[in-house]
Amino acid sequence: MISLKVNGVSRQFNGDPKMPLLWYLRDELGLTGSKFGCGSGLCGACTVHIDGGAVRGCITSVEMATNKEVTTIEGLDPNGNHPVQRAWRANNVPQCGYCQSGQIMSAASLLNQNADPSDKEIIDGMAGNICRCGTYQRIFAAVRTAAKEV
Amino acid sequence: MADILNVSRRGFLKGTGAATAFVLGAHLIPRGFVSEAHAQGAVAEPNLFVSIATDGNVTITCSRIEMGQGVRTGIPMILADELEADWDRCSIWQAPGDETKYDPAGKDGQNTDGSRSTRHHLDVMRKLGGQARYTLELAAAKQWGVSIGEVYAKNHRIYHSGTGKSVDYGELVEAASKINLPSGEAAPEIAFKDKSQWRYIGKDMPGYDNYDMTTGGANYGADISIPGMKVAVVARSPVFRGKVKSFDAREALKVQGVERVVEIPALADDKAPEFRALGGIAVIGTNTWSVLEGRKKLKINWDLGPNRVHSTKTYDSKIRKAAKKGGAVVRNRGDFDGAMKGAAKVVEADYFVPYFIHTPMEPPAAIVDANVRPVKVWAATQSPNETRQYVGEALGLEKTDVQCWTTLLGGGFGRKSKPDFVCEAAILSKMIGSPVRVQWTREDEIQNGYYHTVSAHSMKAGLDSKGKVVAWKHSGAWPSILGLWNPAQKTGFGIEYGLGMVDVGYDNVPNIRIENGEADVHIRVGWYRSVNNIQHAYAQNCFAYELAAAAGRDPLEMLLEMTGESDNMDLAKDGVKEYWNYGDSVEDWPIMPNRLSNVLRTVAKKAGYGKKLPKGHGLGLAVHRSFHSYVATAVHVVVHDDGSYSIPQVDTAIDCGQYVNPEGIRKQIEGAAIYGNTIARYGKITTTRGAVDQSNFHDYPITRISNGPLNVNVHIVEDFVHLRPCGVGEPGVPPYTPALINAIYEATGKRIYELPIGDKIKV
Repeated sequence: MISLKVNGVSRQFNGDPKMPLLWYLRDELGLTGSKFGCGSGLCGACTVHIDGGAVRGCITSVEMATNKEVTTIEGLDPNGNHPVQRAWRANNVPQCGYCQSGQIMSAASLLNQNADPSDKEIIDGMAGNICRCGTYQRIFAAVRTAAKEV
Repeated sequence: MADILNVSRRGFLKGTGAATAFVLGAHLIPRGFVSEAHAQGAVAEPNLFVSIATDGNVTITCSRIEMGQGVRTGIPMILADELEADWDRCSIWQAPGDETKYDPAGKDGQNTDGSRSTRHHLDVMRKLGGQARYTLELAAAKQWGVSIGEVYAKNHRIYHSGTGKSVDYGELVEAASKINLPSGEAAPEIAFKDKSQWRYIGKDMPGYDNYDMTTGGANYGADISIPGMKVAVVARSPVFRGKVKSFDAREALKVQGVERVVEIPALADDKAPEFRALGGIAVIGTNTWSVLEGRKKLKINWDLGPNRVHSTKTYDSKIRKAAKKGGAVVRNRGDFDGAMKGAAKVVEADYFVPYFIHTPMEPPAAIVDANVRPVKVWAATQSPNETRQYVGEALGLEKTDVQCWTTLLGGGFGRKSKPDFVCEAAILSKMIGSPVRVQWTREDEIQNGYYHTVSAHSMKAGLDSKGKVVAWKHSGAWPSILGLWNPAQKTGFGIEYGLGMVDVGYDNVPNIRIENGEADVHIRVGWYRSVNNIQHAYAQNCFAYELAAAAGRDPLEMLLEMTGESDNMDLAKDGVKEYWNYGDSVEDWPIMPNRLSNVLRTVAKKAGYGKKLPKGHGLGLAVHRSFHSYVATAVHVVVHDDGSYSIPQVDTAIDCGQYVNPEGIRKQIEGAAIYGNTIARYGKITTTRGAVDQSNFHDYPITRISNGPLNVNVHIVEDFVHLRPCGVGEPGVPPYTPALINAIYEATGKRIYELPIGDKIKV
């Protein structure tokens, strides 16, 4: 039995402790905001926070989140108004939107650690997240916008 | 074009939560048959396109599929504009697949590809919006006892011009729902708003789904869950058309959560692949992780079949030879051979582009319940009606027995036009008697896809003594998309020729010859964002640069001279049979070389072309017409001493005629630079003994924020805005790669004849 908190709610899980957090969130809890993109930690679509730090949900087992606090895109802000989310909308970032949960979670974690990142730090911090529609120019601008607010 | 009816009283809003509403529907009888059909009382079932509830809230139907191209914003914007609706009081309802109901333009059957949505829907969406506005005006005029000429609509209210009194749309719903305008040929002529009165068309609008997409609330293919649903993954043959000889599922069945392992029969030998299921071994269970683990434990003995001969190492040299040899002449202007005899200088070059795969961020996923009637499908598909057709066939049912609801697509790029993955879910659902979600992994998507074709291009041209191009020849060979329907296909076909090959815009070159050599098909070749325009634009623009160098001339000047200023290049005069023209007539969308020259001049000016650049810097140009749009790109590259390169700036000028959402265009063109950057820098699928060598983003890299241009300036050219709308989703991609490669040439003197470039330029 694994105990953890997801978006502030205490949860117990009896299944395979090796199940990646991504599939636990999606299939067991119905939190489908975190996306499946590669299953190998290469694209970042599944990015969630464990105790505030960004991890790849597809290669992080539920076991590794034991007694920890998991935050998903659904739990980042009760009204969807985290500064990063607002900055994403202000810069009209999304195209298909599929990768954006992961992008936002990576950006929020980056700004948690470094409230005033340089251009290079933004690029390095976001380089793990692929966007196939090619919204990087706006992601870059949105991280800068959000940095002014956090 | 649709005939529009007031259908407020027909109970269309069941399930939408609204009780009373004013609803306009369109029923789709082809023009010319309308009055006859009315006379016979054979009125097709009309359907909801716009409804207004008593609180004034407007619901607009989107019948096209959203995959990031902005169609759920752009198309409803048109209707809202003509309706004079307040956008903040409009919401979008996504129509299911049914082309008899939800194809108001009557052209595309809802299949969302080919950059067609705006150009085919501008007029009909205006018509729908205009009729709704007119009905509300009529209702207000009646209520006030004044003539309709005395009232006008503005921002969700009808005003009386004499007194200035006004009423909200919501308050007119009751009255409007009882007004039945004559339909068919007796319908009133409702004037469109004057362009100067447009509230939304031509102005920036943020994405309709932005809130959902930034909060995890947007639903894609795998996000739908229905009671009793099982999850399945399928092990497919590593080689196209391979078959299962035998398999052992004992270990797979031991995995907790795995319930069944079943075989999907392989494609029968006499069946063309089309969009049918490939066959394979399916592992079915209660959750995704279990079935993925189970699949790893399958032991399958494959009969790999005849396509195991397909190794790109040897295949590539075959098509290079075929391109050199040429074959079918698909465009012939003047006398190429004769002109070459008199040429002062002859230049030749060969170009090569490998296979690519789409890699939308969302791998294919679909949910089917095949055990109810109608069969229910929820899928990330670009083509809901083809989905119904192929699912119907897979189940031994009619298309009309299948209902298909589309989700948002996490990228499409042409992959999701092909519903093979939905057929798998249908077959499995029928087999096990439960609803099934089939989940493709990234490895599945890369290794069992529909590949952008590999192609070879042999170019030859003659220059006269003044350095003017007098003869141009392009001979290409590639395995054809038509192989999906005819596995023995050896040549390309009209659509592929029309994707920027026969319609090359060098209209001032007096002798042009375009040929197509033969190539066998050993894999599923399919369409991919911009399709064959990618390789054609690359070979043409890079070769034109090479000609300029051979002539000792400026490439911009050379390109402009070759292209000229004609406003109508007639391919029929050059022996092109049935030029495809993206499915549209050349009367409506002619090929206009003057627009090519115009965007090229525009982008050169915006990018500061001609300025002296520091060592290692280069500015390259390319221009291409595709999907009726004219796009020129200037890439500024910096090549460092170690051969690595960065791209400080990209400028793209697009002339897409009448446009709807400039913000949407900017996003598509910014994205096209990134998409093009992946093609130029990384795109390469290879095969060894029939099997695809790549499997995930480690060996099939995609441009990241760290290695793509972050400064893409988009210039929307207004000079031809009075002409019909043209495509936007795809046309930004083709010029990027040749512009980058021409920039690298300017920076280093190095020509690149084969894609991809890689992370370093070998100087």
